[in-house]
Amino acid sequence: MSEAVDLKARAKAYQENTRDIKKRVVVCAGTGCIAGGALKVIDKFEAVIREKGLSVALTINKHEDGYQVTGSGCQGFCQMGPVVTIHPDNIMYCKVAPEDVEEIVEKSVLKDGIVDRLAYTHKPDGKAYPKKDEIPFYRDQHHVVLQKCGNIDPSDINEYIALGGYAQAEQAAKMTSEEICSVMMDTGLKGRGGAGFPAGKKWDMARQNESEKKYVICNGDEGDPGAFMDSAVMEGNPHSIIEGMMIAAMAIGADEGYVYVRMEYPLAVKRIRAAVKAAQEAGILGDHMLGTDRPFDITVMEGAGAFVCGEETALIASVEGKRGMPSPKPPYPAQKGLFGKPTVINNVETLSTVPMCLQTGAEEYRKLGTPSASGTKTFALTGHVLNTGLIEVPFGETLRTIVHKIAGGVTEESGDLSPEGFKAVQIGGPSGGCLTQEHLDMPLDYEHLKAIGAMVGSGGLVVMNHNTCMVEIARYFMEFTQNESCGKCVVCREGTKQMLDILTDITQGRATMEQLDLLEELAGVVKKASLCGLGKAAPNPVLSTLKYFRDEYVEHIVNKRCPTGQCKALRAYSINPEKCVGCGACVRKCPTGAITGEKKAPHVIDAEKCVKCGACKDACKFGAVLK
Amino acid sequence: MKTNQTVTVDNKVVPIEGERNLLELIRKAGVEIPTFCYHSEMSIYGACRLCMVDVEGMGMVPSCSTVPRAGMVVKTSTPEIRETRKMILELLLASHQGDCQTCRKGDDCRLLALANRLGVRDVRFKKKGRNLPLDLSSPSIARDPNKCILCGDCVRMCSEIQGVGAIGFAGRGAHSIVTPCFNREIAAVECIDCGQCTKVCPTGALTIKSDTTEVFKAIQSQDKYVVAAIAPAVRVAIGEEFGLDAGANAVGKTIATLRMMGFDAVYDVSYSADLTIMEEGTELLSRVTSGENLPMFTSCCPGWVKFMEQYYSDFASNLSTCKSPQQMLGALVKETLPDAIKKDRKDIVFVSIMPCTAKKFEARREEFKAADSPDVDYVITTHELALLIREQGIVFSEMEPEAFDMPYGFNTGGGVIFGNSGGVSEAAIRFTGEKLTGKKNEDYVIREVRGEDGVREVEYDFSGTKLKMAVVSGLANARTVMNGIRDGSRSYDFVEVMACPGGCVNGGGQPVSVDRLARKKRTEGLYRTDKMLQLHKPQENPYIKDLYDNLLGVPNSHKAHELLHTNYHARSRIKSDRIEQPAETDKLPVSICFGTGCFIRGSQKLLSQLTSFIAGNELEDRVSLGATFCFEQCDKGPVVRIGDETITHCTRVKAVEALTEKLHL
Amino acid sequence: MSVQNILAFEKAGQIIEKYGYNRAKLIPILQEIQNEYRYLPEELMVYVATMLGTTSSHVYGVASFYSHFTLKLKGKYVVRVCDGTACHVKKSTRLLEAVRAHLRLAEDQNTTPDFLFTVETVACLGTCGRAPAMSINGEVYGLLTDETAVAVIRDIQDKEQASHE
Ligand SMILES: Cc1cc2nc3c(=O)[nH]c(=O)nc-3n(C[C@H](O)[C@H](O)[C@H](O)COP(=O)(O)O)c2cc1C
Ligand code: SF4
Ligand code: SF4
Ligand code: SF4
Ligand code: SF4
Ligand code: SF4
Ligand code: SF4
Ligand code: SF4
Ligand code: SF4
Ligand code: FES
Ligand code: FES
Ligand code: FES
Ligand code: FES
Repeated sequence: MSEAVDLKARAKAYQENTRDIKKRVVVCAGTGCIAGGALKVIDKFEAVIREKGLSVALTINKHEDGYQVTGSGCQGFCQMGPVVTIHPDNIMYCKVAPEDVEEIVEKSVLKDGIVDRLAYTHKPDGKAYPKKDEIPFYRDQHHVVLQKCGNIDPSDINEYIALGGYAQAEQAAKMTSEEICSVMMDTGLKGRGGAGFPAGKKWDMARQNESEKKYVICNGDEGDPGAFMDSAVMEGNPHSIIEGMMIAAMAIGADEGYVYVRMEYPLAVKRIRAAVKAAQEAGILGDHMLGTDRPFDITVMEGAGAFVCGEETALIASVEGKRGMPSPKPPYPAQKGLFGKPTVINNVETLSTVPMCLQTGAEEYRKLGTPSASGTKTFALTGHVLNTGLIEVPFGETLRTIVHKIAGGVTEESGDLSPEGFKAVQIGGPSGGCLTQEHLDMPLDYEHLKAIGAMVGSGGLVVMNHNTCMVEIARYFMEFTQNESCGKCVVCREGTKQMLDILTDITQGRATMEQLDLLEELAGVVKKASLCGLGKAAPNPVLSTLKYFRDEYVEHIVNKRCPTGQCKALRAYSINPEKCVGCGACVRKCPTGAITGEKKAPHVIDAEKCVKCGACKDACKFGAVLK
Repeated sequence: MKTNQTVTVDNKVVPIEGERNLLELIRKAGVEIPTFCYHSEMSIYGACRLCMVDVEGMGMVPSCSTVPRAGMVVKTSTPEIRETRKMILELLLASHQGDCQTCRKGDDCRLLALANRLGVRDVRFKKKGRNLPLDLSSPSIARDPNKCILCGDCVRMCSEIQGVGAIGFAGRGAHSIVTPCFNREIAAVECIDCGQCTKVCPTGALTIKSDTTEVFKAIQSQDKYVVAAIAPAVRVAIGEEFGLDAGANAVGKTIATLRMMGFDAVYDVSYSADLTIMEEGTELLSRVTSGENLPMFTSCCPGWVKFMEQYYSDFASNLSTCKSPQQMLGALVKETLPDAIKKDRKDIVFVSIMPCTAKKFEARREEFKAADSPDVDYVITTHELALLIREQGIVFSEMEPEAFDMPYGFNTGGGVIFGNSGGVSEAAIRFTGEKLTGKKNEDYVIREVRGEDGVREVEYDFSGTKLKMAVVSGLANARTVMNGIRDGSRSYDFVEVMACPGGCVNGGGQPVSVDRLARKKRTEGLYRTDKMLQLHKPQENPYIKDLYDNLLGVPNSHKAHELLHTNYHARSRIKSDRIEQPAETDKLPVSICFGTGCFIRGSQKLLSQLTSFIAGNELEDRVSLGATFCFEQCDKGPVVRIGDETITHCTRVKAVEALTEKLHL
Repeated sequence: MSVQNILAFEKAGQIIEKYGYNRAKLIPILQEIQNEYRYLPEELMVYVATMLGTTSSHVYGVASFYSHFTLKLKGKYVVRVCDGTACHVKKSTRLLEAVRAHLRLAEDQNTTPDFLFTVETVACLGTCGRAPAMSINGEVYGLLTDETAVAVIRDIQDKEQASHE
């Protein structure tokens, strides 16, 4: 029997050590900010502080009087990255480059001043917002899952512990498995991976299936293109996932866990691996989980590039070393999962929320969100809006708040605000549907979305402006699902292929109205008859765009015209002789020599030769080229 | 609450009686649900989506993967279901490439049949064929991936039932394909030619490789004397192709038909099966006496033999040295007929009619050739024979039965039951039992070896000599048994293995029957035939006695060995000529085998030892190390080739010795 | 054979040994082998099958299912241009075209003849907030334009050039 793990002592030591830290500089070290050069910024901070003869604490392990510089997980505002926050002043700087560091240190670290030029400036009102909480992007969010994510140092287990981490696991160790399940059922926490199945109920099923071996799997495959919530949590707060898994393990009686991470997330893999190792070294994981008699350990596995492996049965096949092809349910994983044993498989966000649920208690947790959907949900907000990034709001929030307040409004291609430009939001990625003007005030939760043929899904939110062709968007998603179909069942394998084919025909002006009917009929069959969720959800983007934007489809088919001018094949460039001054600028840009004309006389485009690249339109200063 | 354990299927109340899925229950109710990917003996796959039915409160569900629950109300045909099924077929047909008129699958195509049955009259989608190359490399099966609907039946058959796994899924989504590893030709991989995959394949993607054209040409050629030989299992199945019941013995009609087609003589493979028992039984007795090479394994199934050579070659010497009945008869005919009919060996064409596709492979084995011509020239399956008969327009059902030609047409019941699993064992007991006890046994039926299980064990005591036997069919079962023998958890004196589940009655070349009980009925048909014959024991066959008197002397004699026995050897699973290093002229080539056999015997350790020896003596410039898969001496592994010398049971010492010598160190 | 050195077998053997000859670990085993050789040579797949006691068709089936595995030799630098939703609406298609054009890749070609670059698309690199994005051997670049993307590649080319001189 190993030593009991003394969390309190670790927490106390950490607090001791950090008591005299004057300022804490948190540089975002999420994938986004690293791509923007965040690591160099961290180095620079250290160097500058050191240069000034001051002590910098990197990892907190000794009593140090001075300044702390640390990396964090994604702070959500990647577009503005690298972002740097300074505590306790709660200042946030955007797009920080190494060159800016000297000044930040001088003004905001050594003193309590502000570097105005690095503060976020909000375009609509032209104001600068140096305080993080006041930035409109953050102001209207409600951070629960993301709270620690952008603040703590993911590589420091002690910081996690000092903030109350692993205490819930310790608490759970004193409860019976029934008790844990029943608390979880009371919280009403629904799975965040897409299907929204109540986590407590799933655990309880697995608990009741007797077996000497059970597993807990954390689903970090996050394959939805345009979604990165789970990656942010894995990068920014990996210990909360581990703790969630430990609680799940105690709830069902599992002794082994897997974290399955998408291979395109090398940083997430690295952080979660490091966190598991730290937890093992601390005696939190291992033969004596938290010093108890129960074993529980975690293996991190990298996916190998297959979206469908996010589907639970496919994921299990993949962990077993097989082709990631889903299998019919029942049996459900909770009955017969990994290696045929009862298995609980939950999403990253779900598991990361678990400790918090226990901490606040069911009643308190349910206060957030709506009666049928408790808690908060993270979304990856992207597309034609002023501010993109990772956000978290309580269930029941409206699109209006998200698009107009948090995201700061819809933009044109150029990035300029476009007050009337809102067209639609695609929610739930390739499995979801689109929401339009009429849904702006609908509360976002499972029921409401389901009722209109969309879904919460994993949490992708793509805002599209009036220049977006909805047929092309449907085609894009179909291309994705078609590529990612595992090929097992006929309707999905062949059906998505044919749907894509028809959608391509439409965007290229080759389709007939009969094909449109066929598309709709086929979409219905694929939805109903597919084996797994991938196929079942594949037609959603088509069906929902058809529902709200049918006239756009018809326009492509009947008039061979793309109303937004996005479909290249349907574009026709011509020159307005009224406007053309014959400057010849377009002639020089045209790659195919399609434009001819006398100097100073109106030019013409030879439609045969034109490849519709649009270069002439960009080149013409007189707005004479028409699309 | 027994009374409540029912399900309503289309207004009919059906009791739940342990059915593992709704599909079985619905079939019991008398409704034939269309399926492509369901086979009761294999795992549930759930991919074709044709079996969808409507369950009240659940909507459309796949019946193959839904567990029946009491009180369910099932509708098997609603407008929605009908439309869905039709559309599935439309989708399949749109991606399907090939013409039914010229398809190898002919009338057996389930895709075509279902399209007709469900009334698909229009394919509204664009045709999307893939133009993949055909694979005609195998002597036994033909692959046309353009016709594959990816139901996975063959894959599961090959791995779950046959334990081989020669074909599998590759690629993903619309690029998925069922193929041997690395898209190789099937003949270059571990396929054991059993043909079971062609039987479950619903389309023309996997079919029997046909030899009917060659056979037809031979019959038509004036200067050839063409002999037909009919295997036991053929007679109880061929009738199904012409509307007779499964299991009905149609051998007389078959003989008459073959004569009409122009065969010069029609012999019975049951005759040589009797002969096999004489040889194999004698061999068994002498092994039991000497205690050597036990257990003895039967060698009459070429699928099993190849399997054994590939995976269990350490037991190669435990195989009976007997040739199979087909090869015995071929050898005998080619040996004796030239004199009898005054014709050259090369002008005698031996055609065997088999339930089996692996026999096509067997007939081509190098061991079974003499004077450059094979003992068996062509093998056609039951199904191919039916095609030939139909092609010629012969009305099979109306043929008057005729009898075999002698001498190779006389059989006993012992030779006939070779066609089903357990038959060889039973015939062997009828022979050895009498030999061991020295008493004539009136009751010839050995009930203990009969049955449906894939592994049956029996033990006999013949006047103090104990014989422990196992009867195995289906190679996945064979694998279990072999592993048990290897690790010592099982031990026998005699093991009969048939590659096909149930034996040859269920061979890869048999008719694809709609009757799910066909296999059982065929087996019963053979036992019935045995019963009706006057003689049941091979040793009582008068023509066999003659053969020994006039030609062979006694069983296992020198002459018998020359004609009727052979040897089996290790065989690599995957042909690979690509891994050997290109010869670097000034370096000594050293190849280490990394096949299974050598791997389990330590080739990896040997490699480390050799590399460190080479590095330690700075020989890198003088030696070129390479790897290979299988020198086909796996039982003597690890095998290393140094220069032109092949070292078996190689150790570090042996290898270093050879290196020292060859490099003059 | 394409594996130039028999030591590949030894290396593969060590990897398999590390995973305890466990068939369930096929994917991590293949991943490590691929990290070593940049692709999965057939010979090594047969070897893996042998060592794990499974069939080559199974190993091939798994290797050909996952897009991360490659059966052909890839370039030293694998450029993965994101075509996830966020990047797509920010015109990642043009980015891809620019990169491919710069590397003079023909329509059905993904790897440069000198095996320096392989260009692929990927659905989301997890940096959607900085769309459009691409990654090169795991390093992520965001907020790209055609010009900056090409510039990143040109830098690598220059560096490679220099190391050869
Ligand atoms: C095609 C497909 C992809 C999926 N991808 C993911 C994923 O990337 N992450 C995830 O957590 N769940 C994904 N799911 C849902 C999982 O199957 C499963 O429902 C989920 O992991 C359960 O966890 P939860 O109950 O915590 O949501 C996917 C489902 C389908 C059908
Ligand atoms: S629905 Fe698509 S992804 Fe799912 S099992 Fe069927 S083919 Fe595979
Ligand atoms: S769109 Fe492109 S190809 Fe067409 S005329 Fe303009 S520049 Fe030339
Ligand atoms: S650039 Fe515009 S104004 Fe100039 S020639 Fe072209 S179309 Fe006319
Ligand atoms: S497989 Fe069937 S449907 Fe296809 S060509 Fe052959 S007979 Fe016709
Ligand atoms: S069935 Fe119809 S299409 Fe086929 S051959 Fe006969 S007439 Fe022609
Ligand atoms: S013939 Fe037998 S061994 Fe060969 S692929 Fe078919 S089922 Fe497998
Ligand atoms: S070859 Fe035949 S049995 Fe095998 S998957 Fe294709 S259609 Fe099915
Ligand atoms: S069991 Fe019979 S039919 Fe099957 S492979 Fe063996 S000999 Fe051929
Ligand atoms: S990665 Fe830094 S804010 Fe998202
Ligand atoms: S038989 Fe049920 S899906 Fe194929
Ligand atoms: S494995 Fe066959 S000789 Fe080495
Ligand atoms: S969509 Fe490109 S990084 Fe997410």
